[in-house]
Amino acid sequence: MATRHLFIELQTLNRRAKLKIIFAKFQCLCIIPALVGVDKKTCIQFCLCTFQEEMVIRPLYSGDIYASFQFRTQWDTDFLHDGKKVSHYRLFPKSLGQVLSKFSVRELHISFTQGYWRTMQWGQPFIPSPPGAELWVWFHHTVTDVDGNWKELTNVLSGIFCASLNFIDSTNTVEPSASFKPLGLGNATDHRFLRYATLPREIVCTENLTPWKKLLPCGSKAGLAVLMKSEKLFHSSFHSQAVHIRPVCKDWQCTSTAWELRQTLNVVFDLYTSGQGKKEWSLFKMFSRTLTEACPLASSSKIYVDVTDNPGGELFDLSPSSPLISTAVVLGDRRTYSVYDLTKKETFGQLRSLNLLLRWKGENDMLRPPLHAERYVSGFGLQKGEIHTCLYNSHPYRAYPVLLLDSLPWYLRLYVHTLTVTSKTRENKPSYIHYQPSKDRLRPHLLEMLVQLPPHSVTEVTVQFERALLKWTEYTPDPNHGFYIGSSVISALVPSIVAMDTNSTRDRPLFSSFFPTKEESSYFMRVYTEPLLVNLPTPDFSMPYNVICLTCTVVAVGYGSFYNLLTRTFQVDEPSAPLAKRLANIIRRLRGVPLL
Amino acid sequence: MGLLSDPNRRKAITTARILILNMILVLHGDSVVCYLAGIAWFMGLAFEPFTLRTYMSENAMGSTMVEERFPSGERALATAREFAAHKKKVGGMPVDWLVKTMRAQGLEVFTQSFSRNLPFPDESKERFVVRGTNVYGILRAPRAPRTEALVLSAPCSPGNSNNQAVGLLLGLAQYFRSQIYWAKDIIFLVNEHDLIGVQAWLEGYHHTNITGMGYTPLQGRAGSIQAALSLELNSDVVTSLDLVLEGLNGQLPNLDLANLFHAFCQKLGILCTIQGKLQRSDWDTVEGYTHSAQTMLLMVLKQASGRPWGEHGLFLRYHIEAASIRGVNSFRQYKTDATSIGRLFEGMVRKLNNLLERLHQSYFFYLMPSLTRFVSIGYYMPAFGLLTTILLLRALDLWVHLGTPTPVTEDGVGEGESPSSPGLLSVLTPVVISHLTGVALYTLPVLSQEMAVEHFPVSETEAVVLTAIAIYTAGLALPHNTHRLISGEGTEQGWRVLKLVALLYLAVLLGCTALINFSLGFILAVTLVPAAACVTPHVPKALSAVAMVLLSPGCTILYCVFLFQELQEVPVSLAEGWMLFLSVISQGILDHALYGSLVYPLLALLVYPCWLLFWNILFWK
Repeated sequence: MATRHLFIELQTLNRRAKLKIIFAKFQCLCIIPALVGVDKKTCIQFCLCTFQEEMVIRPLYSGDIYASFQFRTQWDTDFLHDGKKVSHYRLFPKSLGQVLSKFSVRELHISFTQGYWRTMQWGQPFIPSPPGAELWVWFHHTVTDVDGNWKELTNVLSGIFCASLNFIDSTNTVEPSASFKPLGLGNATDHRFLRYATLPREIVCTENLTPWKKLLPCGSKAGLAVLMKSEKLFHSSFHSQAVHIRPVCKDWQCTSTAWELRQTLNVVFDLYTSGQGKKEWSLFKMFSRTLTEACPLASSSKIYVDVTDNPGGELFDLSPSSPLISTAVVLGDRRTYSVYDLTKKETFGQLRSLNLLLRWKGENDMLRPPLHAERYVSGFGLQKGEIHTCLYNSHPYRAYPVLLLDSLPWYLRLYVHTLTVTSKTRENKPSYIHYQPSKDRLRPHLLEMLVQLPPHSVTEVTVQFERALLKWTEYTPDPNHGFYIGSSVISALVPSIVAMDTNSTRDRPLFSSFFPTKEESSYFMRVYTEPLLVNLPTPDFSMPYNVICLTCTVVAVGYGSFYNLLTRTFQVDEPSAPLAKRLANIIRRLRGVPLL
Repeated sequence: MGLLSDPNRRKAITTARILILNMILVLHGDSVVCYLAGIAWFMGLAFEPFTLRTYMSENAMGSTMVEERFPSGERALATAREFAAHKKKVGGMPVDWLVKTMRAQGLEVFTQSFSRNLPFPDESKERFVVRGTNVYGILRAPRAPRTEALVLSAPCSPGNSNNQAVGLLLGLAQYFRSQIYWAKDIIFLVNEHDLIGVQAWLEGYHHTNITGMGYTPLQGRAGSIQAALSLELNSDVVTSLDLVLEGLNGQLPNLDLANLFHAFCQKLGILCTIQGKLQRSDWDTVEGYTHSAQTMLLMVLKQASGRPWGEHGLFLRYHIEAASIRGVNSFRQYKTDATSIGRLFEGMVRKLNNLLERLHQSYFFYLMPSLTRFVSIGYYMPAFGLLTTILLLRALDLWVHLGTPTPVTEDGVGEGESPSSPGLLSVLTPVVISHLTGVALYTLPVLSQEMAVEHFPVSETEAVVLTAIAIYTAGLALPHNTHRLISGEGTEQGWRVLKLVALLYLAVLLGCTALINFSLGFILAVTLVPAAACVTPHVPKALSAVAMVLLSPGCTILYCVFLFQELQEVPVSLAEGWMLFLSVISQGILDHALYGSLVYPLLALLVYPCWLLFWNILFWK
């Protein structure tokens, strides 16, 4: 019933979005209490949802440009604890809310990515994701049949996002013991309630973008979402869209929990294919749209442009300029942003539309990211191979540990005894190894390791494998393409650049720069390696192959029975003796007299 | 089982055996027929009505349309001139310039340095200690996860050659970079020291070390390489493009790659050749037939040599379909400019980019009498089969003869022990000794070069080749030494057993070789089979000894050298031929050391000892 309901939901979503805007506009008036003159407390009780939207634009040194959208819907209700049926949905999408309550999901993270994030050229993304689809879910600890819930959930999500998530089954699902901790409230540590799966082959396109956009309160009718035209978003070097749902604190005292839905979309436009080689970017050039208004339902709607390396405007021109400047520590680095508040009229100027323009003037070298990784298969031939994972720590003097998670399908038979971890030509013994061997056709290998990366080094993790011969029905329709192996996941607490800055190259008050502050000293970072394409020994599925198979079967069956007939000696079977006679014979045998 | 214990059935089996025996006696004289039939079949393969027309098997490349729009041939030539100037200035590979240029085009650029000490100096290319750098740039396909790649490579050759190839490569890189349709990463590789550079790069890319190369590890990769094209271009305009397919150990790329090249040459109106020979339409004339026979024989000879005949040859080991395309500028009037060649490459790369799977639909084992005709494995194998049948028939014949002295009685248990059964020793000794000679032939030339240089006024290369020839010749004296080891005179039964073993050995050896490298197996069979079939201790010694030597593997190489020169229409005199023969031997040994070619070890360790066994039989008494 639920799935059917969802289907109808999906169909009517578009029509409802418009109604919702009109309806919610009326309700949300109370978000700005001053306008209506309602007491703030009563308003919070009345309005249970808030919605924020923002976009960050980061010019990359390669000349490319990175645009990251974040849409955050917070819903101050807890439908897991109360046990009551929640039927009144406002900004929070009903399709997801129902899924959360039906499957007792505590946290859900799903991402669809087309392309590979080039850490060496682009630095770090705000929210990393592996190529293809990735899904990880923490279930509530009251769930008894986690695997059953997981299976149903993947199928439902597959319908919601029009993706092949239904291909997630036990052969590509793992329960990581350390790499994926809950990001929201609650310190669940029992990884029996965690499920993680990737589909590296999943191709992301418009059909996945449309349902994702429909989850937004304003759809793609107003606000930042008007920029999301698929013909431009998919004319890019990298495209990633994600949905993250987690429980968060309702207020700063954390007296009760609220649900947070974060929809993110990251896209990188290429200098040569989208920018015609000119280092000049504008909203119109990127998205073929300009902005005219914020989403009316949004409590805040902002655009941030990273101007950290451009304090005096020597690197690029930004127009129109904005008086608002905001600083924040992002990914271990203190960044400065120009802020454009879309809820304010003056942002749009006289033309009533905002078209940010970025014009490069200078060249600059990029900071190396402190951590990056690559992976490849070595060797040749179709029998054996070796997976190499190289982890680069480019921090000049700090060593730090990283967690490496590898989930490999069963048809690569790992030789775990060949697992080696070397850095600087010396063996590097992992301090923690969690290995779960695969079972043929049932579950994949899971390998998790905690490895200490020495400063300024390359750590190489190698493991040999043998390629299994599949049954002929198990090959994909394009067996000669190869089989995809999902990315490995590297999670680390990386020493931040801010804390690293000991000789204070930037102007800061002296009293602030002696001890590195605790919360800035290191930050969490997740890096995904590229997926692998491995060729397995493949039969030639051609007509002669089929003929040979068929002939062999016929010959085997025919020869077997014919040979049987030839070699068997036939005897006339005497009817078995009557019972009396047999009894008599037994007695005779006992007596030692000849038998009858 | 009942089959053997039933007297009636046993009788039937005995009758069948006698029948086979008679058949063999009849066939005894048919060896000649078999041999001639084999050769005739093979030569018939070049006759057009007997061959198949090539056709595109791969759907992803056949029906999809691509447009070639590469505009900047002139600019590519300007880049080539710039490259040439920088090459001259640096006196080698202009690494910094290449890195800068490629980076400016928006590629991810990496370098790899390598070094290799040759086992002995390579005189034809004048190198002994090789040090160099490869430069490659990766064009990252938009929205692709770095799982698949294509390679375009051009060598940075010494002197003035191949500048245009590098220029065109860079021109293509610039044009490709601004396109959105790439689904696979494209690697543009400029390698130094031709094949050694490619070998170093491939070993680095696949993180293997099979030939003892020293190289720095690669920093950037792009997943599994699906196909590679290598470009050799020496002039601004060309008259025709030549397709080179033969790779290491006689491996060939998928036939679809040749079809793809031919299809685009047709589309763009570029003259295309294979083995440097244009196609002729008059197949029904003698000249037409001779022409295609020449083309096919050239392919057979090249394949049999086991050498990589272009840079693509080394890719094949890694299951990467690859071909070299070589620009030829002759005195013909009709010229093709760099823009058209660029378009040809653009079209080919775009179609390869459209591939969903690796090239696998078409043939991997084929011979090409022309670019539009091919002979598949099913057609050429009977020719070889006919030759090996002779060996098998002879072996069967010997086996029956060895068995006949014991009469088959009606109530006998089967064949009794032969009364004059030769000892195991008399058979094993020649086998072991000839193989030891083979091991000496394989190891000593390279090992003893220093000693030879000290004692004789020769260079290292000459020392290696001459040592090899000396050991080869010394092996001919073996029969006398073998006899000293075996006590007593060789018996009649003895040589028969030895010959039976040698025949089967040769049959298995040639069979396995032909499966991997048909041409090599066939050429060896053509010379070795007559010697193997006819040799007995009873034929006139001197005459047959001469015949045997003339049919030995070493002389086969010599004939191949002359035939090759003849087919390439550059005939050589005897002395020149001899010099070429010597260089071929040194190249064979070098190919084995540098790239892992298997022809030299095969000849030294297996074929030569096998031939020595027959030589032994000749001098049995």
